[in-house]
Amino acid sequence: MTTVFGVPLPAILGQLMLGLVNGSFYALLSLGLAVIFGLLGVVNFAHGAFYMLGAFAAYIGLQFLGINYWWALLLAPLTVGLLGVLIERLFLRHLYQVEPVYGLLLTFGIALIAEGIMRSLFGASGKSYPVPPLLQGVLNLGFMILPIYRAWVVMASVTVCGLTWFLIERTRLGARLRAATENARLVQAFGINVPVMVMCTYGAGVALAALAGVLAAPVIQVSPLMGSSLVIVVFAVVVIGGMGSIVGAIVSGLVLGLIEGLTKVVYPEASSIVVFVIMALVLIWRPAGLFGKEP
Amino acid sequence: MTRNSKFLALGALLGLYASSPAGAAADQVVIGDIDDMSGVYADVLGQAGVDVINMAISDFGGTVLGKKITVLSVDHQNKPDIGASKFREWADQNGLTMVLGGSNTGVSIAMSKVAAAKKVPFIAIGAGGASLTGVDCTPYTVHYAYDTTALGNGTASAIIKEGGKTWFFITADYAFGTQLQDAATKVVLANGGKVLGAVRAPLGTTDYSSFLLQAQASGAQVLGLANAGTDFSNSLKAANEFGITKTMKPAALLAFLTDIHAATLQTAQGLYLTTGFYWDLNDQTRAFAKRFFAKVNRMPTMDQAAFYSATIQYLNAVKAVGSTDSDKVMAQLKKTKINDFFAKDGYIREDGLMVHSMYVMKVKTPAESKYPWDYYKVVKVMTGEEADGTQPDPSCPMVKK
Amino acid sequence: MRAQIALYVGLGLLALVAPFLGLYPVFLMKLLCFAMFACAFNLLLGFTKMLSFGHAAYFGASAYITGWLVTVQGWGTLEAILGGVAVSMLLGAVIGAIAVRRQGIYFAMITLALAQVVYFVCLQAQFTGGENGLQGIARGSLLGLLSLGDDRAMYYFVLAVFVAVFLFIRRIVHSPFGQVLKAIRANEPRAVSLGYKVDRYKLTAFVLSASLAGLAGSLKALVLGFATLSDVSQGNSGEVILMTLLGGSGTFLGPFVGANVVITLQEYLSDLAGSWVSVIIGAIFVVCVMVFRRGVVGEIQRRFGQRSD
Repeated sequence: MTTVFGVPLPAILGQLMLGLVNGSFYALLSLGLAVIFGLLGVVNFAHGAFYMLGAFAAYIGLQFLGINYWWALLLAPLTVGLLGVLIERLFLRHLYQVEPVYGLLLTFGIALIAEGIMRSLFGASGKSYPVPPLLQGVLNLGFMILPIYRAWVVMASVTVCGLTWFLIERTRLGARLRAATENARLVQAFGINVPVMVMCTYGAGVALAALAGVLAAPVIQVSPLMGSSLVIVVFAVVVIGGMGSIVGAIVSGLVLGLIEGLTKVVYPEASSIVVFVIMALVLIWRPAGLFGKEP
Repeated sequence: MTRNSKFLALGALLGLYASSPAGAAADQVVIGDIDDMSGVYADVLGQAGVDVINMAISDFGGTVLGKKITVLSVDHQNKPDIGASKFREWADQNGLTMVLGGSNTGVSIAMSKVAAAKKVPFIAIGAGGASLTGVDCTPYTVHYAYDTTALGNGTASAIIKEGGKTWFFITADYAFGTQLQDAATKVVLANGGKVLGAVRAPLGTTDYSSFLLQAQASGAQVLGLANAGTDFSNSLKAANEFGITKTMKPAALLAFLTDIHAATLQTAQGLYLTTGFYWDLNDQTRAFAKRFFAKVNRMPTMDQAAFYSATIQYLNAVKAVGSTDSDKVMAQLKKTKINDFFAKDGYIREDGLMVHSMYVMKVKTPAESKYPWDYYKVVKVMTGEEADGTQPDPSCPMVKK
Repeated sequence: MRAQIALYVGLGLLALVAPFLGLYPVFLMKLLCFAMFACAFNLLLGFTKMLSFGHAAYFGASAYITGWLVTVQGWGTLEAILGGVAVSMLLGAVIGAIAVRRQGIYFAMITLALAQVVYFVCLQAQFTGGENGLQGIARGSLLGLLSLGDDRAMYYFVLAVFVAVFLFIRRIVHSPFGQVLKAIRANEPRAVSLGYKVDRYKLTAFVLSASLAGLAGSLKALVLGFATLSDVSQGNSGEVILMTLLGGSGTFLGPFVGANVVITLQEYLSDLAGSWVSVIIGAIFVVCVMVFRRGVVGEIQRRFGQRSD
């Protein structure tokens, strides 16, 4: 049997496949972060909390309101996105004039509040969300058994990432958004309502995080702390891709998922920090990130 | 800044401290509860642990030797420094007479050092680390509910008897996970089994699929989960999703009733685990569980039951020796047999370990479960000696060799 | 100015008699250690506008090293403290050299990521005792003369170190070096064009801050008798930011006041609120950022028309 580093090739393929699944979560989350940073200049530390809220929204929908997975895919991001809009209106809006650091600290506080509230409502050990009936079962890929649900996650995430990229880079609306980040005053003068646009952008970025949460709910335990460790990793992903770069966020999300997958075979203990090591290296070599422009 | 405002600031600062607790209360019995009240282990004991202590106190009559019984509790947030400094502070300032220790071995070890320094009886319950009665033993520590040795012995020996000879471990990458794995490995090897591999997964890993694939590739018959809390639920959930529970027997080295409840029977069915207490064992346990349920709306875990039992044991000892003097109370505790709904023929060994019967359980399938919280069936009842061995831990300096 | 001296004298007197007012010395020492940590952090955030999101790394690493030197190597108290500080200084130099090349958010992210790596090393290394931490660190004695086992003796030792650190930071900020830092804070490109080697100044400030954070960590390890993973954890880095911000970054007394409030709050909340602690701390963050970005002390100074000194 062919082996790589003493590991059989089919096993490597299997691990890469799983890495891709994780990578799609990273891509979706870092995409939202990158959109928010690119257009608002805000480092959204609450991103992990919104991801968690998305998962809980799906759980609450199923448990108490009888809303199934498919509706949750639509409704949870919408609800959490509205919450995001509210936060932008009430808090973030007032911080655009001061240093970006304050946006980071504010969202850090919001994340703590959200986690604390969910913890006292649902307990720390979390809740279980079932895989929707349509996506149960496994696929036999020859080199591995892949649960259908995981294949769906990759598909859904890649599609959403692609659509978002298209929206921002190839449509009129996207062009206005990008223009507004370059020179808000000028765009405003053209008769475009920039504050509303910015507000909706934040809502959309938050909704992306919530969508990732719904996608994750059937795979992992829905728990109040599920986002807190993830957010730092996703940050690192965005920094590696280049802050604000849409393509960078998507590509580096997927690639880092793969690298982390391989680390889990070679040196499992380090799988939680490999992303940070890569980030440090990238920043030394290319300070603006892989896809970022030098400021 | 004007002078007035300076004094204002000074005054405010003073005011902050003015409410500091001060003065020992000699005419009271003070029981401390130091536990994780809001983190990953909060469901195992947590706030319900305080309820249970109060239940035990009011069952005891509310007073002992004519002294009022007070309960202090704190959320140690899984930080050893908070646990140990609260312990120290209560001992120095609040006339602390005994502490019940909640989850987290690291915090408990830190607390046991304070127990030794301040000479305050410390009944460790939530923590599993066997070293509490080994290298870290103290004359004032009692390890009451379970330890990693018993868990490893129970689960591993029962599964090997059923033919599960080859093992693969998924271990939480910290000392407690390693202790669990070592305890189980010893038993596996001693019974002619083999360990085909192990991965150390970082604490808080959410995606276990990669590790499970490695487990499957090893061809082992048994999947040993040496982790706890959400790490446990996530690894089990993924094992199910990938159909690994169909080809391998899953074995939990530490799982509480609340973990099974959170994971749901659908995911946990067929899992082996060891516990020192189950609410549905007999009429006595059911009676306690019913009262507990009425208060907390959940069934009690092993640790919650142990909190009740330990509180009563302690109060009985105080009553018997007629004082809260730590040395006298400890001597009394160590010579008393423990027979209640929690433990049968339990006794506290020289090294501080409370030896009592343990149960190896198998989690029911959703079809087998007839009523809410009907989760376990008993596979095997182990005597205390089977679970913990017949000899005290020789690594404990107090044990005479 | 006279009022200010009066305030310092008042605070000093209060600190001197505090253990005799029925206040718990161990709690007071913990307060002083964290206040020292916050002051060290403030040197960076307040006086040079660099937000480090990983200061726990220096605090924790030094705590571990001091603990290890005392328990395993049998070093004396002072030598062990110096050993811990030396290691955090080194760590600060390495991480700082990478981080100071970038500004703002990037700087924060790099310090955070590298602090995670330090956390990982502490988790994996043998000498740290994993999640059980290093336990039973003895306080020892000062040069074999004064035993620190007694809480009050230890308290006055910690107090003396704190006062020294406080004055040292004041001295630095008012020195020519501090003036350059202020210039960089105000307008970095201009400082560059004036010919200052900005990166070198920033790195020096970073290393100083890391070393002082390390000193606070060593003392904490000795006071409480252990060093654990929570010392190096990200949560600890977040707390020191909160303390500095709440008290008022860029003021001398701010971090001290902030540390007092946060530690006292934690102390009382942990008895009362359990899982609501993080909600309350989060809410304080939000209020600080939204309503008084200057912090308690900064806000008082502004209200009464006194310029930041």
